[in-house]
Amino acid sequence: MNWYRFASPQAFYPLAGRMIPWFWALAAIFGIAGLVVGFLVAPGDARQGEGYRIIFLHVPASWMSMFIYLVMAFWAGLGLIFNFRLSHMMARALAPTGAMFAFLSLWTGSLWGKPMWGTWWAWDARLTSELILLFLYVGFIALQAAIDDPRRADRAGAILALVGVVNIPIIYFSVKWWNTLHQGSSVNLAKSSMAATMLCGMLLCALACWMYAIAVSLARARRIMIEREKDTLWVREEVMKEAKGGM
Amino acid sequence: MLRVITAVIARDLRLALRRRADIAAALFFFVIVVSLFPLGVGPEPERLREIAPGVLWVAALLAAQLSLPRLFADDFRDGALEQLALTPPPLELVALGKIVAHWLVSGLPLALLAPLLGLQFGLSGEALAMLAAALFIGTPALSGIGAIGAALTLGVRGGGVLVSLLILPLYTPVLIFGAGAVEATVAGIGAQAHLSLLAALTLAGVFFAPWPVAAALRIALE
Repeated sequence: MNWYRFASPQAFYPLAGRMIPWFWALAAIFGIAGLVVGFLVAPGDARQGEGYRIIFLHVPASWMSMFIYLVMAFWAGLGLIFNFRLSHMMARALAPTGAMFAFLSLWTGSLWGKPMWGTWWAWDARLTSELILLFLYVGFIALQAAIDDPRRADRAGAILALVGVVNIPIIYFSVKWWNTLHQGSSVNLAKSSMAATMLCGMLLCALACWMYAIAVSLARARRIMIEREKDTLWVREEVMKEAKGGM
Repeated sequence: MLRVITAVIARDLRLALRRRADIAAALFFFVIVVSLFPLGVGPEPERLREIAPGVLWVAALLAAQLSLPRLFADDFRDGALEQLALTPPPLELVALGKIVAHWLVSGLPLALLAPLLGLQFGLSGEALAMLAAALFIGTPALSGIGAIGAALTLGVRGGGVLVSLLILPLYTPVLIFGAGAVEATVAGIGAQAHLSLLAALTLAGVFFAPWPVAAALRIALE
């Protein structure tokens, strides 16, 4: 099987169309399972009571916001090196989802912070670096939106994403030394401080977010393909096919 | 190699000196922003002394990025940038020369002017010296990182606001350690660690920035 075939939007468009429903289904299954485990099975926390349950959205959203930036930079770099049109489209399609997760992480974190720390917002290291991550996403989206020529927008955005990815660790550690109040990470590979059911619920929710992110960015990438290649024959054929109702 | 860099620096300095008003405008912007803070938060000397390092550094950040859109724009418009890209020496060296020249006309004057403004905020002599030193060490990083944003937004509509959007988040480490150095001095603990990190940021920023700058310029010139 020649994988490079799918680097062309023409081949990837129908494949993505067939994959999206599966990822939606997986997102729903993992999401329901995660919420059931999170709300019905997992016990209340010894110190934080029931309020801790926002963790099932908060932590996956934070993970996704960071992970998506890396994936975005990966696609951007690939596009810059090999000049694949598709990788630039993927980078562009991922950015709004990443920004949404960064915002969601800040929002849920603030809802969690109010009862636990007694404040909506604290200038703590992780909150601040998450906020800066959101700014980086916004910069990427704004730069791409400001440049009319899609090829130039793609490549300028790619350089920015790569510069951002180099800077993220620097920003993270500088903010960390600047101030810290956030509770230590609850999950690490060596030893987890959480109950197994809590961890299980959280991982299920993380998988759900992951599947959701894939489904949404594939759908967005498909729209970008149609928009960019609207003058080509294959787009016309695809659109005609969809108009007839057959996928 | 050094000849190329010095030639670019000399050229940019000559151009900048023929437009002194631009340099002065950025400096006065710095002065005005800093002067607005006492009006906003009140004239109590105690409070002013406390916020001085942060205010001066944030104002320096804003002033340094104010002149960024013009870093390549004039050369881009009159075609000089295209000629520079076509010459045998690599565009990275030209970019490095331009970064250094930008620092000489924006960062260096800020570092020299800042102690005067710090005086208005009641900083001690020791803190004033540290403020100048920290700005002196840290502002080259601002020029380096800023050049990336300037090159990426070259000829793009809304370039000025866009540069701030792209660059200011990346400036945060410089701000943290720069203001941190002054705060540490005010608090009476050594600023050695902050200055070392600031110097590391500057070295890394100025060393690595020419590559993304040159890549972005080539994209803009296509």
